[in-house]
Amino acid sequence: MSAVSSAPKATVASRRFTVWVASRTNLMILAFGVLVLLVLIVFPLFGPTNWTRRLIDFFSYLALAQLWNLMLGYAGLISVGQQGFIGIGAYTLWLFSDIIGIHPLISVVFAAAAGVIIAFPAAALVFRLKGGYLAIGTWVIAEIMRLIVANIKRTGGGSGITIQATSRLAQTLGDAAWYSRVYWWGLAAALIAIAVVYLLLRSRTGLGLQAMRDNDLAAESCGVNLWRAKLYTYVIAGGGCALVGAVQAMYSLRVHPGSAFSVNWTAYLIFISVIGGIGTIEGPIIGAIIFYVLRETTSKYGTWYFIALGLIAIIVTVWSPAGIYGWVLKKTKFYLFPLQRRLRLLTEGSESRRTSRAETPEGAVQA
Amino acid sequence: MDWINAIIQGILLGGLYALFAVGLSLVFGTMRLTNLAHGDLTVLPAYIALILVGSANRFNPLYSIPIVMVIMFIVGYLLQRGLLNFVVGRGDIQGVIVTFALSIIIMNGLQEGFTANSQGLDAGKIENLSITISDRLAIGWLPLIIFLMAVVVVAALQLFMGKTKMGRAFRAVSDDQEAARLMGVNTRHIWGVAMGVALLIVSIGGVMMGIRTTFNPMLGSDRLIFAFESVIIGGMGSSWGTLLGGVVLGVAQLLGARAFGPAWQLLVGHVVFVLVLALRPQGFLPKTVTA
Repeated sequence: MSAVSSAPKATVASRRFTVWVASRTNLMILAFGVLVLLVLIVFPLFGPTNWTRRLIDFFSYLALAQLWNLMLGYAGLISVGQQGFIGIGAYTLWLFSDIIGIHPLISVVFAAAAGVIIAFPAAALVFRLKGGYLAIGTWVIAEIMRLIVANIKRTGGGSGITIQATSRLAQTLGDAAWYSRVYWWGLAAALIAIAVVYLLLRSRTGLGLQAMRDNDLAAESCGVNLWRAKLYTYVIAGGGCALVGAVQAMYSLRVHPGSAFSVNWTAYLIFISVIGGIGTIEGPIIGAIIFYVLRETTSKYGTWYFIALGLIAIIVTVWSPAGIYGWVLKKTKFYLFPLQRRLRLLTEGSESRRTSRAETPEGAVQA
Repeated sequence: MDWINAIIQGILLGGLYALFAVGLSLVFGTMRLTNLAHGDLTVLPAYIALILVGSANRFNPLYSIPIVMVIMFIVGYLLQRGLLNFVVGRGDIQGVIVTFALSIIIMNGLQEGFTANSQGLDAGKIENLSITISDRLAIGWLPLIIFLMAVVVVAALQLFMGKTKMGRAFRAVSDDQEAARLMGVNTRHIWGVAMGVALLIVSIGGVMMGIRTTFNPMLGSDRLIFAFESVIIGGMGSSWGTLLGGVVLGVAQLLGARAFGPAWQLLVGHVVFVLVLALRPQGFLPKTVTA
């Protein structure tokens, strides 16, 4: 035993440390967020119906972008085929409410389940490909789903079909009451998406995913099961996108293969995530707000609107790949949804200053 | 006889798919870039030919092919050096995002300039000429020429990659970018040439397809998928494999259409692709295993 090696040991033993998962600011924001959420929940009761409808759309994009970003930003899965699951969700809603006869607002659950179930075999196939080819693979899967649906006569084929159950409900309840019910499902979809992404990233699998995002080889050599972690995110995203598809079907009262399975969904998701910031929970929220404002003001320009979306996505990707939130992070290190675990060493001098709720006397880890 | 006809037409159609696919495969091979705009870049040459020939049909669109090839080579080189070189080597994600956005821009740009209506190129008599084998079996000259062109292109590409200095540089960059750069290869220039060559090849298929059938700005996504499926079925990195993949896909599609009706053509093609991916993910004639 030499003095050199034992000295640092003693120091380490005498040091106490805590692991912080959230700052005081985060808690204040959480309180504010709960307040905003309460307002959003009761919004349809007093807000105008056209705003309720707009918000349904906004929540749909938010949920989709959040899930897409989970796959891309954390698991490195580039999907350009989420429209397949959106379409499956929409048509499952039609199947359960019109053919089987379950209340549409309950059929939504089955739609999400259908997305989850289909995601398993789809994952088994596309995971054989990597990177960019995987992206085209997901597109093929979405095309297969679209063609199957469009070739079944019962679904109205290529011209789509009106969902009778929802149309009846919209008539008997009145627009305001019907859309407020759809609104709550839309809000729920967005909340579930954010909550699931947050909780998943906070979990053990989430740590693995974040390690994968940073360096997949290193993560794998540390024992992260890449395949399983990717499968989780793909299945979660599949179920979530189907849920949003069902909400969209209830919103438009009809299903149409051309729009439910449209690759434009992916164009929007890419735009939202890229603008907001890939690999963060906050990014898609910012991106969805910007996208929504842009859509409301400029979508009447048709093709030029799409060209502008594409150009902006390219410019941001090439010159500022971290997006708006990435830029904010670089400047402020401020996380709305903290995912980090920060180690704080409590030295004698600074102990009183750094004392916090999270502190424990014997250096136990709070995480 | 109808079945034999479907198989022969499928083989010929496969040549066209191979013409679309070798470009995708070449770009992926040299710079690990998955070009999601590839499909739209196969539609673009037909529109360039349309501009060259003009609505008055100044000359036979077949003669426009060499000019279109040169134009597309320049477009490819500039596109690569001006934009795509920035994302090559930065990982798959940025490449996919940028090329997907590019695909949206090209598609909507064509729609803005030429409307969403279907257009056609009129090559005159050759469009209807065919070799009659029996009264129920005839091979059109145009599909046959397209197929032969595909064979020539694949053979030429093989020679180019194997025998020329530029081809050697392509392979060097593909194998090890850093080492190639140390040996004095200008990788940025090579990538530019690779994209140029890819689009030059694609112009042949694009214009020929424009002569054979009508085209519209929305065809890009289907063509990207056909090209991709041909590459995967054939086996990544293999030019002859890509031709074989295109043939398998073409035959599957036309047999599917013959058996279940035209609505099922694409679906049967996709199903065959899925089966190959599930049962033989390395494809029929695999060369490289890197994905």
